[in-house]
Amino acid sequence: MKPRAGSRLEKVLKAGEFAVTVEVGPPRGPNAGAVVAKARILADIADGYNVTDNQTAVVRMSSIAASKILLDEGLEPVMQMVCRDRNRIAMQSDLIGASALGIRNVLCLSGDHQKASAGGKLKGHPGAKNVYDIDSIQLVSMVAGMRDRAVQEGGDPLTEPTPFWIGAAWTPLAPPTSFRVFRLAKKVQAGADFIQTQAIFDLHAFAHAMQQAVDLGITEKTFILGGIIVPKSASMLRYMQRNVPGVVVPDVLIDRMAQAKDQQQEGFAITLELIAGLREIPGVKGVHLQAIEAEHLLPEIIQAAGLLPRPSGI
Amino acid sequence: MIIAEWKPIAEIVARLEGCRNILVAGCATCVAECAAGGEREVESLAPLIQMALAQRGYPVEVLTATLERQCEPEFIEPLFPKMETVDAVVSIACGIGIQTLGDRFDPVPVYPGVNTTSLAVREQPGRWSVRCEACGSCVLGDTFGLCPIARCAKSLLNGPCGGTRENGTCEVNSDVDCIWLKIYERAMARGKLEALLGIQPTRNWSNSRHGGQKVMIREDLRP
Repeated sequence: MKPRAGSRLEKVLKAGEFAVTVEVGPPRGPNAGAVVAKARILADIADGYNVTDNQTAVVRMSSIAASKILLDEGLEPVMQMVCRDRNRIAMQSDLIGASALGIRNVLCLSGDHQKASAGGKLKGHPGAKNVYDIDSIQLVSMVAGMRDRAVQEGGDPLTEPTPFWIGAAWTPLAPPTSFRVFRLAKKVQAGADFIQTQAIFDLHAFAHAMQQAVDLGITEKTFILGGIIVPKSASMLRYMQRNVPGVVVPDVLIDRMAQAKDQQQEGFAITLELIAGLREIPGVKGVHLQAIEAEHLLPEIIQAAGLLPRPSGI
Repeated sequence: MIIAEWKPIAEIVARLEGCRNILVAGCATCVAECAAGGEREVESLAPLIQMALAQRGYPVEVLTATLERQCEPEFIEPLFPKMETVDAVVSIACGIGIQTLGDRFDPVPVYPGVNTTSLAVREQPGRWSVRCEACGSCVLGDTFGLCPIARCAKSLLNGPCGGTRENGTCEVNSDVDCIWLKIYERAMARGKLEALLGIQPTRNWSNSRHGGQKVMIREDLRP
C-alpha cells in the first residue's frame, strides 16, 4: 500500500507496532536551545513528538517552528494545528510551509478557547478575537484535500500535494458520551488517519467507548492512540477531575495518590498501569503520553513500560 | 430583540466635560425591553450624569427624550427643537439608533451610553441570552432550531468540542448550556440522530460582516 505521508508514525502504525507519541510543549520565548534540550532528553523514546499549538491559548513558540527544530534534531514532529487563531487562508499557507520544511504529521484540533488562557497563573489574552473560520472536522477534510487531490479548500490547485499523516482528537468521556463515537466517525470520514484521545484515567469507561468504536468499524479505518497524562500529585488529579471536561478521574485513583508516601513514584506506577491497561483494550494501537512540565520523566516511564527500544528499520 | 447594557458612568462623562447642555436620548423599543435604554433608564441616567459632571466641576443642563424608535429617521424629527441648544448627546439606544441620531444631527456629537451586546431573548426576569449573530446564512434548519454560530463559543458546525462539562454546561462559561449538547438531545428526542452524522462543509461567511459592510437591496421596494 502506497504511504500517504511516509512519516515514521504512519509506518509504525501500519506495521502493527504499538506506537508511542509524547507531547512537547514549546517555550514561551525564542529559545531554540530549550526545544533542542527537550529533544535530546526525549530522543529515541517515541515514534512521534507532538508539538502543541499555543495550548490553553497561551502564547508560545509556534508549533511549526518548534516542529522544525525537532526535525533538525532527528525527531519526528506531530505538528498540532488549532482553528482558534487562523482562518483557512492562513492555515493552508502554514500547512504548505510546514510540508516544505519536511513536517509530515499534523494533528487537527478546534483549540482551547482564548478565555482558557487566563485560567492559571498567567494573564493570557482572554480579550483576543477568535477565528474559528472552520472547525476541526473541516480542517481534517481540508488537509486531506491538499494531500489527496492537491486542491485548496476553495478549489484552486496546489502545485504539488502536501503529504501529511492526518490526526484528530477524540474526547470519548465528555457529555454527550453517546454521541462522541459518532463525532469520531465524522472525523475518520473526513480523513483522520490517526486519533489521539483525551487523557484516560478510567480504563473501564474508555474500554466501553472503544467497544462502540470497534462495533462501528472505526478501528478498521483509523489508528487510535490512547492519551495519558502522567499524574504528579493528588491535587493535580483533583484539579483535572473538577476542571477539565472530558477527563474522568475516578475518586479511587485520587485517594490512592493522596495516601501514597511518594506521590511522584505513585504517579509513575499509575502511568505504567494505564499503559498496560490501554494495551489490552481491543482497537487501541498506541499511546500518547503527556508529562506536563515534566517531560524528563518520560524516558524512564517508557522504558519501564517495556516499550523500548522503539522499532527500527521501519 | 437587540440588547444593550450601560457603560460605566465614568466612561460616559469623560467625554462630556465642558459641555453646557446635553441630551440623554433613549429608545422605547428593544433597549427599553431589556431595561437599558427606555424612558425609565433615561430618567435615571440623566441625574447620574449631571451629578458626576458637577462633582468634577462641570455644571451642566441635562435634557431628556425617549423616542419611539431611534433607528427610524421619521421618529427622530421631533427632537429637532431640542437639538438647537445641545452641545452633545448621550444615546442609550442600540448602535443603530446611536448612528441614526448621529447622522441626522451631525456635527453634534452623539456618544454611546450603552454597549450594544447582542440579539437575545429574555430567558428569565433579569437574564438575557444571545440567540442570533445576524450571520447572514441561517443554519437553524440543520441544527434543530438552536444556533451554534451564536451559542457555541467556537461556532462549531459539526458537534460539540471536548469542552462539555459533566453538568452539560460549556467549559468557556459555566453559566450557559453547551448548545451542541442541546442540539443532540433535540435530535435524539425527535428520532433524528442521522441528521447530525453528516459532515457539515466549510461555511461561506461572506454574507456576514466578513464580506464587507452589508447592504440589503430589495428592488421591489426601491423608489
